[in-house]
Amino acid sequence: MSLVKDLTNGIYRENPIFRLALGMCPFLAVTTSVENALGMGAAVIFVLISSNFLVSLFRNLIPSKVRIPCYIVIIATFVTLVDMVMHAYLPELHRSLGIFIPLIVVNCIILGRAEGFASRRPVLNSIADAIGMGTGFTLAMVILASFREILGSGTWLNMNILGTAYQNQPLLIAILAPGAFILLAFILGFFNILEKRRGGSQ
Amino acid sequence: MNPAVLLSTLLASPDSGNQGFDLGKMMAIIIASIFVNNFVLSRFLGICPFLGVSKQMDSAIGMGASVIFVMTLATLGSWTVYNFLLVPMGLSYLRTIAFILIIASLVQLVEMILQKFSPALYKALGIFLPLITTNCAILGVAVLNIDEKYSLGYSLVNAIAAGIGFTLALVLMAGLRQKLEMADIPPALKGKPVAFLVAGVMSIAFLGFAGLGG
Repeated sequence: MSLVKDLTNGIYRENPIFRLALGMCPFLAVTTSVENALGMGAAVIFVLISSNFLVSLFRNLIPSKVRIPCYIVIIATFVTLVDMVMHAYLPELHRSLGIFIPLIVVNCIILGRAEGFASRRPVLNSIADAIGMGTGFTLAMVILASFREILGSGTWLNMNILGTAYQNQPLLIAILAPGAFILLAFILGFFNILEKRRGGSQ
Repeated sequence: MNPAVLLSTLLASPDSGNQGFDLGKMMAIIIASIFVNNFVLSRFLGICPFLGVSKQMDSAIGMGASVIFVMTLATLGSWTVYNFLLVPMGLSYLRTIAFILIIASLVQLVEMILQKFSPALYKALGIFLPLITTNCAILGVAVLNIDEKYSLGYSLVNAIAAGIGFTLALVLMAGLRQKLEMADIPPALKGKPVAFLVAGVMSIAFLGFAGLGG
C-alpha cells in the first residue's frame, strides 16, 4: 500500500516541476521537441533510480557529516555512465541534449530525493519513489515539449500534425527561449486554477 | 618571465598553435556570453537562483557577485585539472565527477577563507555560497569552456562574462519584481507563473542581441 503511495506521489501530488519547482534548468532547455524530452526523461529516471537505490542501500554506512559529497559522487558516477552510453549508441540525441547531460549532476531533483527520501527509507520504497519522481518529471517535460513542438514546428514526435502550410510559417517563438518561459507560465497558471477548483469543492 | 609573454601564452588557444591572443575573438566571447547567449535567458542555466533570489535588489546583487567570484575560481580550477591532470592521464571521462568535486570543495574553501579573513564580505555573501554548489551555471561554464576548447585566458574571460550576464539578468529581474509587487495580476498567475512570464518578455528583448558580435 505504501509502495503504491510512494510511486504515485511524484506524479501529481508532489510533481517536481509543477509542485516543487525543482530541476527547472534542464526542463526549460530540452523541451524544444518531444523526442529530446523523452531522451532527457529516460536519462533522469535511470540516474534517479540508481542513485536512490545505492543511497538507500548504504544509508546506515555513510557518516552523516560527509553524506552530501558521497551522494554527489554516486550521482556523478551514474551521470558519467549515461553520458558515455548515450554518446556511443544515440549520438544524435547526445548532441542535441549537449551540455545538459553532464548537468544532470546538479539537477536538484536527484540530490533532493537522495537527501530527503532515500537516505532514511528502505530500498524498495526508494526505488518506487525514484520511478514516481522520474515519471512526474518526464510527464511534465512531455507536456511542455508537446506545446512547444506543435506550435513551433507543427509536428509531434516528428509526425506532421498541423500540415505543411503551417510548417512554412510556424509560431517560431515557441521553440526559441522565450516560448519556454511564457508557455510554462500559462501551464503553471492552469495548474493553479485546477488546484483552486479542487480546494473549493472540498 | 616577462609578464607580457606570460599573458600571451596564457591567452593563446591550444588549437591555434600558440599564435598569441586575438582581441576580436575576446570581444566576441564577452558580448556573446553577456548578451547573445545570456546564461539565464537563452541557455537556461541558473534558473533556480534566478527565481529564488530575485525578490530583493540587495540579495540579487550579492548573489551575482558571489556567482562571478566562484565561477572564475571554478573555471581556473577545472580548466587546470582537466588539461594538466585528466587529459595527460587519459582520464577525461572523469570530467563530470572531477568538476563537481572541485566546485563543491572550492565553495567550502572560499566560505572558510572569507569567514576567517573578511567577515564583512562573508556576511554579505555568506548565505549565497552554499546555494552556489548546486547552481548549474557554475558547472555549465566549466563544461562549456572545455567543449569550446578555449585556452585558459579565454576560459577566464568567458567565465567572468557569463557571471556578469547572470548578474545582469538577476538584477533586471529583481527591479521588475519590485514593481510587480504592486501590479494587479490575475490570481491564478500570482507568484511563480508571472515571474516566468516576465522572464519570457526579458528573453524576447535579449533575442534582439542575436547576431551581435558574430
